[in-house]
Amino acid sequence: MGGRAVLSYGSDTFRIMTERSPDGATVWARNSRLRVVPPVQPRKLAKVPFVELADGRLQGVVSSGSDIGRVYVSSIAAGTHNYNCSTNNNRPCGGLYGAPCKHLRALVAEAVLQYGADRVSRYLRAEVPEGAELADCLRGIHEPAPAAVVFSRFLRHLAYLEVPDTTMPIPELHWFPATGTVR
Amino acid sequence: MLAVQLAALLGDSDAAGEGAGEALALLDGFDDALVHGLARLADERAGAVTALAAAFAATPLGARLAEAADAVVSGSITQEHLTILAGGRIALSGAVHDALLTSLDTALGRERAEWTSTSGGPASGDSGAQPAGNALEGVRSWLRELAITGWRGVDHDLVSAADQVIEALLGAPALRRLAVLLDGFAAELRASCPIGSAEHLPVRRWADLWTRAVLLSQDGVLTGEPGPAATVSGRLLVLGVDVHEHGTAVQFQVHAVLEPADGGRSRLVRTSVTVAKVDTIVGPALWKLPQRHKVLLAALADRRCIEIADVPLLDSGDLVWDDDRAFVSKPADPLATARLCLPGALGPAVPPLDRAPVRIAEPVLVEGYKVTGDGSFDLGGAVIVVDTERLPDCGPLTPKLVAASSACVGLLRWDGGRWTLQPLAVQVKVKRETVVVATGDWALGPTDPKAAKAEAKAADAVAVLRERAGRLLRR
Repeated sequence: MGGRAVLSYGSDTFRIMTERSPDGATVWARNSRLRVVPPVQPRKLAKVPFVELADGRLQGVVSSGSDIGRVYVSSIAAGTHNYNCSTNNNRPCGGLYGAPCKHLRALVAEAVLQYGADRVSRYLRAEVPEGAELADCLRGIHEPAPAAVVFSRFLRHLAYLEVPDTTMPIPELHWFPATGTVR
Repeated sequence: MLAVQLAALLGDSDAAGEGAGEALALLDGFDDALVHGLARLADERAGAVTALAAAFAATPLGARLAEAADAVVSGSITQEHLTILAGGRIALSGAVHDALLTSLDTALGRERAEWTSTSGGPASGDSGAQPAGNALEGVRSWLRELAITGWRGVDHDLVSAADQVIEALLGAPALRRLAVLLDGFAAELRASCPIGSAEHLPVRRWADLWTRAVLLSQDGVLTGEPGPAATVSGRLLVLGVDVHEHGTAVQFQVHAVLEPADGGRSRLVRTSVTVAKVDTIVGPALWKLPQRHKVLLAALADRRCIEIADVPLLDSGDLVWDDDRAFVSKPADPLATARLCLPGALGPAVPPLDRAPVRIAEPVLVEGYKVTGDGSFDLGGAVIVVDTERLPDCGPLTPKLVAASSACVGLLRWDGGRWTLQPLAVQVKVKRETVVVATGDWALGPTDPKAAKAEAKAADAVAVLRERAGRLLRR
């Protein structure tokens, strides 16, 4: 793994700021009010309720098409692109016949909607020739990975919707300005 | 804000007052030490830590700071030493805040209430708060690891260690401020991992967030916070809504002028609603989350003033919103409110905990300007930068509308060494008709068909996630 690859992987969020203005680097170092994590794009969540770029993987949860109570945990590792798909109880997905299953394809497609193709391919360190689809440029093999961690991160994600609101001021949020997307 | 007031604010080349430049340079030195980690203090960075402490030599903090700096430089990095150093950094940025706010108040001719402490102090705080105590100990220990490692050394394991701590904080309402702060901070570190070779780091920002977290994680700081100073009744005239957001929280902070029912002097107040969310809930769908506060949302969307009765008012000038003690009243245009009610309104005092430059957000009215090529407002030769990147995408206000506007209600802010104006509402000609466009216009849903369509899709997101939560969380 070359230093260059690591740089493009780590500096994902910084690039955006520095491209905006000639003083980008100074703004980045000296400003307190910044949006470091770019906001994600809205998308339909029914099929793939959870997608994230975290822990060195593109990972997420895909709802089963046939059983409303079942979900699949799918992940693709950055760098190697080795993939895994199983139920949240660690039963391997029946669709993995030496190639990514439909859940993994759905995961990649939704990640591209949520983060943009550039951000996802940069994170996965994938070379995507012009005109090609990211999903077709992943050359990994099936490699079992524990689903429990990703599934519990998904449950934690859902639990936010149950945290009550508050009308006490939170001055700390002045460090986190809402920003406009390109309109 | 008149041209002469703006000129007074910007014209003073040492706008932040005597010594602010030196204070900020001391901050920068300390912040750089956090980039590389306190375990790896080369000579120069060790000097920066000592210099921060030395700045307090003549104060009561001096001896303890010097001791803490010496200990950290020699490799003994305890929580107590870190807390003292964080205290020094906070005191310095607090002094910069005070100088900035004074020059702003002087330029605007704005009178501000004196801070009077009604708190019993931290000593009264942590009674019976053992779960809070455990959670706070977890936070302090994580923050210590972070400071020792430095931003450049942060990896996935260190970031993930914060997850459990944050979960515990979210369960304790009194610690919500710290939970929201740490959650936003940890998400940034996670998104930036591995940081080792990244070219640019938000150096001052992360040092701000770390220091702030150290402060709020001390026993009794949050649990011992003062209660409401008073309850107030009267008419609330809305100036606009400032939106704060990260992946898992959004705060709608309304700025308004309160005309007390007893005929007392009118004052500037804020009132806020903060809701938890997830990163896939964005844009106008955000307004679905605080929907139990119907009166507040209706007043924003329909641009009406609000009658309130016996609503708690904190020392900081924050009304603790209660929908049951409010009702929507007559129409009120934010620009007219700013024109008529801003001059003479009493500004709120700033509690010691909130004295940070980033928290300065003073409502002003600007009109009679020319818009320059880069979107700044030229007011008779005095030019204020307009922060069009801070227009929230849950509202209809766009950089284009701001650039075409003829009057603007906004918040004066200071960051990275300069003053900026963050628009909340503008008066603008659209198709030969003069209209007002404000950040809160979509509080009851988008009024623009294109945005409404996009919102229908996104509001679906809340429903889908609630369904998934109902099915998967309680098994």
